[in-house]
Amino acid sequence: MSDAVRDGTGLPAGAGMAEWRDRIGRSAEYLAIPLFALIVSAALFSLFLLALGQSPGQFFQLLWVGGYGTSFSWQNTLVRSAPLIFTALCVAIPAQLGLVIIGGEGALVLGGLAAAVIALPLAGTAPPAIVLFLMLVAAVGVGAVWIGLVGLLRYGRGVNETIASLLMFYIAISILNFVVEGPLRDPASPNKPSTASIGEANMIGNVPGIDVHWGLPIGILLCVLLYLLMSRTTFGFAARVTGGNVRAAQGQGLPVGKLVVAATAIAGGCAGLAGFFEVAAIHGKANASLIAGYGFSGILVSFLARHNPLAIPPVAILFGGIAAAGGLVQRRMGLPDATMVVLQGLIFVVLLASETLYGRFRIFGGKR
Amino acid sequence: MDPSQVATDLGWWSVPLAMFAGAIRVSTPFLFVSLGECLTEKSGRINLGLEGTLVFGAMTGYAVSYMTGSAWTGVLAAGIAGSLFGMLHAALCSLPKVNDIAVGIALMLFGVGLAFFFGKPFIQPTAPRLPSISLGEWSDISQVRVALEINPLFFIGAALAVAMWWAFRNTRAGLIVRTTGDSAAAARALGVSVLGVRFVATTIGGFMAGVGGSFLSLYYPGSWNEGLSSGQGLMAVALVIFARWNPLLCFVAALLFGAAGALGPALQSIGVSQGYHFFNAAPYVLTLLIMIVSSSKVRALRGAPGELSIVK
Repeated sequence: MSDAVRDGTGLPAGAGMAEWRDRIGRSAEYLAIPLFALIVSAALFSLFLLALGQSPGQFFQLLWVGGYGTSFSWQNTLVRSAPLIFTALCVAIPAQLGLVIIGGEGALVLGGLAAAVIALPLAGTAPPAIVLFLMLVAAVGVGAVWIGLVGLLRYGRGVNETIASLLMFYIAISILNFVVEGPLRDPASPNKPSTASIGEANMIGNVPGIDVHWGLPIGILLCVLLYLLMSRTTFGFAARVTGGNVRAAQGQGLPVGKLVVAATAIAGGCAGLAGFFEVAAIHGKANASLIAGYGFSGILVSFLARHNPLAIPPVAILFGGIAAAGGLVQRRMGLPDATMVVLQGLIFVVLLASETLYGRFRIFGGKR
Repeated sequence: MDPSQVATDLGWWSVPLAMFAGAIRVSTPFLFVSLGECLTEKSGRINLGLEGTLVFGAMTGYAVSYMTGSAWTGVLAAGIAGSLFGMLHAALCSLPKVNDIAVGIALMLFGVGLAFFFGKPFIQPTAPRLPSISLGEWSDISQVRVALEINPLFFIGAALAVAMWWAFRNTRAGLIVRTTGDSAAAARALGVSVLGVRFVATTIGGFMAGVGGSFLSLYYPGSWNEGLSSGQGLMAVALVIFARWNPLLCFVAALLFGAAGALGPALQSIGVSQGYHFFNAAPYVLTLLIMIVSSSKVRALRGAPGELSIVK
């Protein structure tokens, strides 16, 4: 995971020509190899479809139409991209410290639940702006505590963060089910256990001009801010040193424990924010619809963006489009709904295999 | 099969009995996955993708059992499918700079996706299930008889645990696997192909996880659907750490997890429905607690293979 650290490193001013050439070569490599992996995945998926007697041409055409072909599909794509940006940040920030967190879905679910829980008693009595603000604080806070706990366990007890965060996802699901089937169940929704609605007045609206909620611009802004935090501040530098070599960081007297907990808490806050927008902008209540797989797709988005926050929005829009086209592909080609999961899994596998290509091509600056 | 259809009222006694039965019934997939993962980790690699392998094995086992009419053929097919996933993991990790944990995560998603993709047509039909061995004929109490209906795979798994424990200590193959896991350099010095050993160990590990998955769909719960496994494969990976890479302790830990998993349904069957979701969360909480207790900040874990990336 230490490769991620090299990404976005600012060289001191006055670096020589050779260094600049090397830097540009590296950037080109970070762009070319993931693109190559996407092309190989598309080719392998075409073979898979051909083996099933389906037409790859039709598949990719529907993917284009369903994801980016019309203004309606663009809107659908962007609405799905917003949570992916947040859940990808939940993977990308800890990755700078060499941590692999895969339980962002749990923080999303609990963040959304917390937002709904705090809004319900206030709905109709407090002004909507205050309700929304408290929902935001609750969602970010719960998410930050949830994943921050993973960081605390990692640093305090050496508990493997990958396994712990995924176990906590299953615990989060149990908490959601308990709350929506028990204490806060809406009697008006007998078939699908759910909390009561937070009320139309307390929903966050769309960005003027496009039918996409505020989660998308805020997500992109957050990516820029977190990029600056990780690449231009002492905190980010210390975090990247820790990711490169924990013992060296400790030897330098860096507060490794605080860095780990802070980075995981920031990560969890991002995932909690995804939950906030899902509740405040889309569902208007907390229920099992929050478990939509955004947390797991976010892992892939972050890996494809090489854990670089600036690369996350375009990759999130790519996968938002794949998700948005799922329904169309399913209806027109009669493929199961898991088709898009297979495609995502395949891209993930090919992408990781492509890691082996780094530093092998002269054109990008030769062998390292 | 359902313990709630009882003739004799046992009251609260039915809880420990159901947990005993559950420990045996629910533990079998844990046992197979954790033994497979134990072998893989002993060779110095971690395969987090066994959750995907488990689900794909469950689907394959059910589908093949339905198509051939033989449940045991289904078990074999699930094992072969699992070993293909193991081979894929091993092959990818053989490439330089490829991270075994990340590949595991990817294969987890890929395996589950493929299982749901191909499993769609098999949710409705009923496939032949695995038979069980009745050991409770001596008892008049129906619950005891139900509790002692034990699947042969449980005994196979138990025997495998003992055999692996013995083989790691006493055979040349066991020594080679342990050496490869503890120090790749030492293994190379012995003329052992490190990548080759890890390839074989991951492939066999995948086979076992596939067989564990077929138990889920062909015996208990005994049908194929998309909610069949919820993290059992992952818990089994955590369990290996708790078991300190000792196959005999894997067996004990699997029983413990089986009992924890049976707690929720057992309490529900006697009418305790309050906090039911929290009992369902019990296995995850237990796994997490066990990881917290058995991990250490300062020293490497006792018994851990030296090459393993999670303990470095």
